[in-house]
Amino acid sequence: MVQTMDNTMGFPILSVLIFLPLAGAALILLMNRANDKAIRVVSLSVSIATFIVSLSLFTGFDKTTHLMQFVERYEWIPSLNMSYYLGLDGISVLFVLLSTLVTILCVLISWESIRTKTKEFFISLLVMEGAMIGVFCSLDFMLFYIFWEAMLIPMYLLIGVWGGPNRVYAAVKFFLYTLVGSVLMLVGIIVLYFYAGRTFDILELMTKAYPYKMQLMLFWAFFAAFAVKVPMFPVHTWLPDAHTEAPTAGSVILAAVLIKMGAYGFLRFSMPLLPDASRAMTPVMLTLSVIAIIYGGIICLAQTDLKRLIAYSSVSHMGFVTLGIFALNTQGVEGGILQMLNHGVVTGALFLSVGVIYDRTHTRVIADYGGVASVMPIYASLFMVFTFASVGLPATNGFIGEFLILLGGFKANQWAGVLAASGIIIGAGYMLWLYQRVFFMETSPKVAGLQDMNMRELLTLLPMVVLVFWIGIYPNVFLSFMHPSVQHLLERVNGGSAPAVAANIATQILR
Amino acid sequence: MPIAMPNLAPVMPEIVMTCLAILLLMADLVIRQKDTLGLISIISAGIVLYLVLGSSGETFAGMFISDGYSMFFKLIFLANLILTVLISSRYLQIMRINFGEYYALMMFATLGMMLMASAADIIVLYLGLELMALSTYVLAGFIRYDMRSNEAAIKYLLLGAFASAILLYGTSMIYGLTGTTNLKGIAAYIMNNNIAGNPVLMLSMVFFAVAFSFKIAAVPFHMWAPDAYEGAPTPITAFMSVGPKAAGFAVLGRIFLTAFASVRADWSMVLIPIAVLTMAIGNIVALSQTNIKRMLAYSSIAHAGYMLLGIISGTPAGLSSVLNYMLIYALMNVGAFAVVIMLRSEGFAGENISDYEGLSKTHPTAAALMLIFMFSLTGIPPMAGFMGKFYLFMSAINAGYTSLVVVAVLFSAISAYFYLRIVMLMYMKEPRESVQLNTSPGLGLALAMTAVAVILIGVLPGKVLALAQMAVASF
Repeated sequence: MVQTMDNTMGFPILSVLIFLPLAGAALILLMNRANDKAIRVVSLSVSIATFIVSLSLFTGFDKTTHLMQFVERYEWIPSLNMSYYLGLDGISVLFVLLSTLVTILCVLISWESIRTKTKEFFISLLVMEGAMIGVFCSLDFMLFYIFWEAMLIPMYLLIGVWGGPNRVYAAVKFFLYTLVGSVLMLVGIIVLYFYAGRTFDILELMTKAYPYKMQLMLFWAFFAAFAVKVPMFPVHTWLPDAHTEAPTAGSVILAAVLIKMGAYGFLRFSMPLLPDASRAMTPVMLTLSVIAIIYGGIICLAQTDLKRLIAYSSVSHMGFVTLGIFALNTQGVEGGILQMLNHGVVTGALFLSVGVIYDRTHTRVIADYGGVASVMPIYASLFMVFTFASVGLPATNGFIGEFLILLGGFKANQWAGVLAASGIIIGAGYMLWLYQRVFFMETSPKVAGLQDMNMRELLTLLPMVVLVFWIGIYPNVFLSFMHPSVQHLLERVNGGSAPAVAANIATQILR
Repeated sequence: MPIAMPNLAPVMPEIVMTCLAILLLMADLVIRQKDTLGLISIISAGIVLYLVLGSSGETFAGMFISDGYSMFFKLIFLANLILTVLISSRYLQIMRINFGEYYALMMFATLGMMLMASAADIIVLYLGLELMALSTYVLAGFIRYDMRSNEAAIKYLLLGAFASAILLYGTSMIYGLTGTTNLKGIAAYIMNNNIAGNPVLMLSMVFFAVAFSFKIAAVPFHMWAPDAYEGAPTPITAFMSVGPKAAGFAVLGRIFLTAFASVRADWSMVLIPIAVLTMAIGNIVALSQTNIKRMLAYSSIAHAGYMLLGIISGTPAGLSSVLNYMLIYALMNVGAFAVVIMLRSEGFAGENISDYEGLSKTHPTAAALMLIFMFSLTGIPPMAGFMGKFYLFMSAINAGYTSLVVVAVLFSAISAYFYLRIVMLMYMKEPRESVQLNTSPGLGLALAMTAVAVILIGVLPGKVLALAQMAVASF
C-alpha cells in the first residue's frame, strides 16, 4: 500500500527547513559575542528565510490526498532499522508554518529585551526552531523522539537563563515533568518496535493490529508524554510556572508551538496506532478535558499575575482541543486541530502583547495596571482583538474552532458538550475582566506617560491580527488542508466504519 | 618432553605493552621533563592499539583469548589511557606530583585490564585483576601529602583486597566442583553433568557476582567508590571511573555468559536486585552531593546499574549494548572530568559544585562543553549518552525485562536533576568569585576529542553500534 507521495518540490524542502535554523545557530556560534547587533540581524534573516521557504509548503501542498507529502527518506542506523524519514500531511503541515512564523516574531520581540548572553539566546531560539519543525515532520518514531527530547535543552535554557525571578524553579520543573513523561513513551516505542517486527516507520506501524491489552498499556505510556506536554489536568502544573517565568519569546514558543505537540502526538500516534484503546479511553479523556476547561477557567479568575492568567487560560483552551480530538468525529477533530492553530496564534499574540508592556513597566501584576487604553491606544485596540479572539467572538478565529469542537463534543457526549460550553462563559468572564482592569479604570501611575508601540512591535503583532481575522472569516483555507487526512485518521480509529457524516456541515454553514 | 613454544601472536599487544611500560619506568631515570614521559606513554598506547587491531586467536592452552569482544574493550582501555594522560600533565604540575611512575603505573593498570578482557581462564583473570588493582591503589594515593588521597588509597586497597578474596573463594569452589578454571571447561561441565541447581555452584556464582560488583561499584558494594573518587587525583578519578569499571564488565560478561551461560535464570535473579539498587542509590544519593567529584562518583555508580541491564538481558544484543554504552560512557565521563580538572588551580580546589556558578559568563567555552557532557550523561538526544541508553534499554526490552526498563528510565529521569543542577549553576547564576581556568594543549585536545565524539556518536551512532555488534558476534 502506497502511503507516501514523491517530493514534488525538486529539493529536500523539509530538511532545508530543519537545517537552515541549525546552520544559522552554528553561524552565530562562530560570531563575536560582543557584536549583538549582527547576531540579531543574522537570526532575523535566518528565521525570515526559513519562513519564506516554508511558504512553499502552503502553496505546494496537495489538499486532495491524505498521503504523506514532501517525503524524504535516508538510511540512518541500518542495524536498528532506523531511518531519517520526513513527510507532512494535512495534520502536520500547518504547524510547520506556525513554527516558522512564530520564530520570526520571537526574534523581533526579543530585539531589545534580551541584553545578556545575546549569543546564547539566539542560538537556543534557532536550535529550538529546527527541533520543532523536526518534530512535526518526522515519520520515524525514533527520529520524532529525538527531536522531541532535543527540544528540552534549548527550552530549558530559554526559561532558566533569560526568565523572571523564579526562573530556575520553573525551568527545572518543566524539564523534569517533560522528561519523566517522555521516557515512558520511549519504553512504549521500543515495545511497539519489537511487536511490529522491528520497525520505527510510523506508516508501517499503523498498518499493524495490536492486541487490546498492549494497546491499553501503550496508550498510557504515550499519554504520560503527550498529556504532560498538552498539558492536561492533572499534570498541568508545570505550565503556569514555565509560561510565567519564561522570557516573552519563551512563553510565545511554549504557548504557540510546544504545547501543541502534545495534542499532535495524540493525533499522530495514540489514535491511529492504538485505535481500540483510544476509543475505549474516550470517556476518561473527555472527562479530563472538561475538568481542564472548567478548572483552568475558574483558576484564571483568581489570578493576579498577567502572564499567569494567560497561562492558565491555555490549560482551559487546550482542554477544548483534547475534547475535540477525543470526540473522534470529523467536526471535533478538525475543530481541535484548527483550535490548536488558533490557540497558537491568539495566546502567542497575547504573550507577545504582554511582552510589549512588560518591557516598559517591568511588572506583571494586574493591579499595577489600569487606564492603559488612554496612554497606548493602538496597543489597547490590538489587545482587544486578541481578547475577543480568545473569548471566541464570531468573526475571530476562536469562534470557528470552539464552535466546531462543541459541535463534535456534543455529538460524542452531550454532557461533555454542555459543560464545555460553560467554559466559554467563564472564558469571557476572565478575559473581559482582565481587559477592564488593565486597560480601563483609572490610569495607574505606573503606566502614565508610556510610549505607544513602535514600528517593530507593531510589525510583530500585525501578522497575528491578520491570522485572527483570516481564520475567523474564511476558515476553509485552513480547514481544506486537513479534510482528507482527518478523514483517513478517523477511518483508522473508528475501524473503517466512520460515517461520512455530511462531513463539513459546519464549514458549509460558515462559508 | 620438549616444551612447545606457545603461539605468542594473540598475546603480542600485552607483551609489547609490558615491555614499553618497563621501558618507560627506566626512561624516567634519565628524562627530566616528565611531560615527555606522558608523550611516550601516548605513543606506546598508540602502538599497542595498532597491535590489538591485528591480533586474534587463542593461546596458552586456551587460557588467553583475543577476540572481537576483548578487542573492543581494549580499545576502550587504551582510549581511556590516552585521554587520561592528556588531561593529567597540567594537574600534576599544579599538585606537584609530577613523577614519572605515574605514567608507568597507568600503563600497568591498563595492561591488567587488557589481560582481564582477554582472560579465558579464571587464573589469568585474577592475574590481570590484581595487576590492575595494585597499580590503581598506588595511583589513588598519589598525592602523598594529602590525607584524603591517602584515605582513598587505603579504602580502595582494603575493600579491593576483600573483593579479591571473595573472588578467590568463589574460584576455589568452582574448581572443587568442576575440576577446572577454564571458562569453557566450566560451562561444558555444568552442561554435561546437569548440575544446574547445585548449591555450591550457586554459592560460587554469588561470590563472583559480589566480587565484580565491587569492581564495577554496584550497590551494596559501592561504599569505597565515593571516597576513593573524591580523594584520588582528579585525572585518576576519571581513569578509575572508566577503566576498572569497563574491565569489571568485560569479565562479568565473559564469565556469566560463557561459564554460567546455562544457568542464566539463576544469576539474573542475583543481578536484577543489584541493578535496581545500584540505579536507585546511585541516582538518589547523587542528588544531595556538594562536591562534584563525589557527584560524578555516584553518577558512575548509577551508570553501572544501567549497564547491568545489558548483562542481565543475556543476549548478544544485550552484551553489545554494554560495549557500546561503555565506550560512550568513557568519552562523556572523561570529558566531564577534564572540565573539572580545568577548574583546579594553585590553592583553589574547584571541586565544589558551587564553584560552577556563573561559569558561562566567565568562561563560555568551558561551560558549553560541560553542558554537552552533562546532557549526555543525562541521556538527552542528540548526545551520545542517549543512544547508549536507548540501545541498552532496547535490548533489555527485547529480552523481556520491560518493567526493569521502566524502573531504569524513571531513575534516569531523576538523574536529570543533579546533572541539570550543574548546567543551572553555570548558566543561571551570577559568578561569585572569578574562577581561573588552567588549560594545556593536551587538556584542550582531550576535551575537543571527547566533545566531538559525544555529539558525533549521538547523531550518527551506526558505525559504533555495528562495531559493538560485530565484537560480540564471535562470542
